[in-house]
Amino acid sequence: MNLKQLASKEERFVSGHRLCPGCAAPIIVRLTLKAIKQAVVVATATGCLEVSSTIFPYTSWRVPWIHNAFENAAATISGVEACYRALKRQGKIRKEIKFVAFGGDGGTYDIGLQSLSGALERGHDFLYVCYDNEAYMNTGIQRSSATPMGAWTNTSQVGSAQLGKKEHMKDLTSIVAAHNIPYVAQATPANYLDLMRKVEKGVSIKGPAFINVLSPCPRGWRFPHNKTIKIAQLAVDTCFWPLYEVENGVYKINFDPGKNKKPIREWILSQGRYKHLWKNRGFIREIQEFVDRRWERLKQLSSMG
Amino acid sequence: MGVIKKAMTGADAAAEAMRQINPDVVAAYPITPQTPIMHRFAQFVAEGKVKTEFVTVESEHSAMSACVGAATAGGRVMTATSANGLALMFEIVYIAASNRLPIVMNVVNRALSGPINIHCDHSDSMACRDSGWIQLYSENAEEVYENNLIAIKLAERVNMPVMVCQDGFITSHSVESMRVLDDASVRRFIGQYKPKHYLLDVEHPITSGPFDFYDYYFEHKRQQIEAMTKVIPAFYEIVDELGKLMGKHYETVEEYYLADAEFVVVSLNSTAGTVKHTVDELRKQGKRVGALKIRLFRPFPREDIAKYLRGKKAVAVLDRAATFGHVAPLYHEIRSALYEFPDKPRVVSYIYGLGGRDVNLGHITKVFNELESGTAQEENYLGVRDEDEP
Repeated sequence: MNLKQLASKEERFVSGHRLCPGCAAPIIVRLTLKAIKQAVVVATATGCLEVSSTIFPYTSWRVPWIHNAFENAAATISGVEACYRALKRQGKIRKEIKFVAFGGDGGTYDIGLQSLSGALERGHDFLYVCYDNEAYMNTGIQRSSATPMGAWTNTSQVGSAQLGKKEHMKDLTSIVAAHNIPYVAQATPANYLDLMRKVEKGVSIKGPAFINVLSPCPRGWRFPHNKTIKIAQLAVDTCFWPLYEVENGVYKINFDPGKNKKPIREWILSQGRYKHLWKNRGFIREIQEFVDRRWERLKQLSSMG
Repeated sequence: MGVIKKAMTGADAAAEAMRQINPDVVAAYPITPQTPIMHRFAQFVAEGKVKTEFVTVESEHSAMSACVGAATAGGRVMTATSANGLALMFEIVYIAASNRLPIVMNVVNRALSGPINIHCDHSDSMACRDSGWIQLYSENAEEVYENNLIAIKLAERVNMPVMVCQDGFITSHSVESMRVLDDASVRRFIGQYKPKHYLLDVEHPITSGPFDFYDYYFEHKRQQIEAMTKVIPAFYEIVDELGKLMGKHYETVEEYYLADAEFVVVSLNSTAGTVKHTVDELRKQGKRVGALKIRLFRPFPREDIAKYLRGKKAVAVLDRAATFGHVAPLYHEIRSALYEFPDKPRVVSYIYGLGGRDVNLGHITKVFNELESGTAQEENYLGVRDEDEP
């Protein structure tokens, strides 16, 4: 499929929403919903996406959509899916319906982790898409457990005693993979065919599926709003955010830059949230080592087949 | 057929009602003393006696979240909890009511922490009295059963969630002789559930739970406030129908010897049984005493209450919960219901039974005696140690 064909596909999430220019979340949502051929019901956690797309009496959602609260998108969609199974068994519904939950990193890595873990373990037939913009952007850029080390946020400030966030980000994709669910993947909106293929796979497999999608945020990451896709691609090319999938426990890297792997310095220089580190070689080296270590580990896992 | 006599605990009575209601989804999490409801219901699921999807969630917060999802999806949905479980789901308890979802929840009343305590008081459900849920209280196992049937019909009639409360251990774990209806009668009584708008109607997509600013939020809240006025008329239509099946008469409150009573004790849940027994004993001595039991607490049936309490000499309101910094909740509301009437009785408060402290005939007799002698203070405790008592 090329971009032209993609653009002609039915829009299930339409314009008129109030997300920022350059926000990756609506791109991720549109691609996700375009990739699903069947009828779909969507749940969304409280966050940028929810508050900006459903300001009463308007909605950008052309599919049945539910928002309940911040920490419970997974539990909420599990209730919807359980009801579907009950009504289908009774013959009250015949149509095939798919179930998707969207949550930001706050609603997924942090406050919603228990709800997500429970829904995964219970084996509900749904796809959870985390749009990971690496901080609490909706409340005004506070650090989350997805915020990378060194990044400035309003609660991981830069000063003489501290240089942004002190800790590395949580590896949520691995945590989800440890639930031994049928399908787990990482994706970005830059690699849109890869993302759509993963969505298609996620909804076609019976049981829970999870896709962690890096969602560059011009406001929080401090970059011009026409650079969203470039920055997403840079995350892949530096192996900061590798494209990979875990299908029934088998790891597969979907894109290996090989010799063209770019240094993490390029990623750090692309965003103002790292501005205080631009000349800090020691810090950049530390982050490079972290990225390399994770990339090598991922290569080992995928070579195990 | 018709009415069948059984021996059941309050928890079994709730589970039996749930079996007959046969909900599409039940999502629940274990907590004492609610657990026997779910044990029994899980057995019904295992034996194929219900068509329910039983979602055994990882917390009460997720239990209520899944209930909201399932009810919005278009299903008939039930759950059960107690105390800290109810407190954990508190955020979603409000959302369920605000989204006007007809969820029915059995609340097996238990004292809220802290300190941690597993026994009965009403601090848990009283903490939810402003949540927008209808609240029914049950004196015994039979009322637990009846209230569940009333609740499902009422919830679907007025689009509001309903809590059915029963006393932890006292009612939930005690076997009593009680009556149930046969399955077919229950099925006819509750009917089919057909929601107007629901998520799984994919041909007609809805956006449920949108962001609601100052330009509409207030109107939505006003609708919710005013919808509550439809509950009591709907309640009477439903209990009249149930009354014909059970051969009983139901009201929002139950009066006991109030026609000529001068002194009255008002109570909720199982204590009403103890109060009625005390009235029987005192009546034998020629005392003009009576009782009022509140069955429907939300919305508060103030007209029915005023009708029964006006003109009495003195009324004691028993609260198994406290309000820190003000008078106890039921007392507060009873006094408020009587405020405008010139023939209002003297009304006094007794806080009793917190954390499962026993209340017996002697305690209730003492209350009546203090009402009669005029020695009751405005606010009293019942069955608690004084500071100088060991």
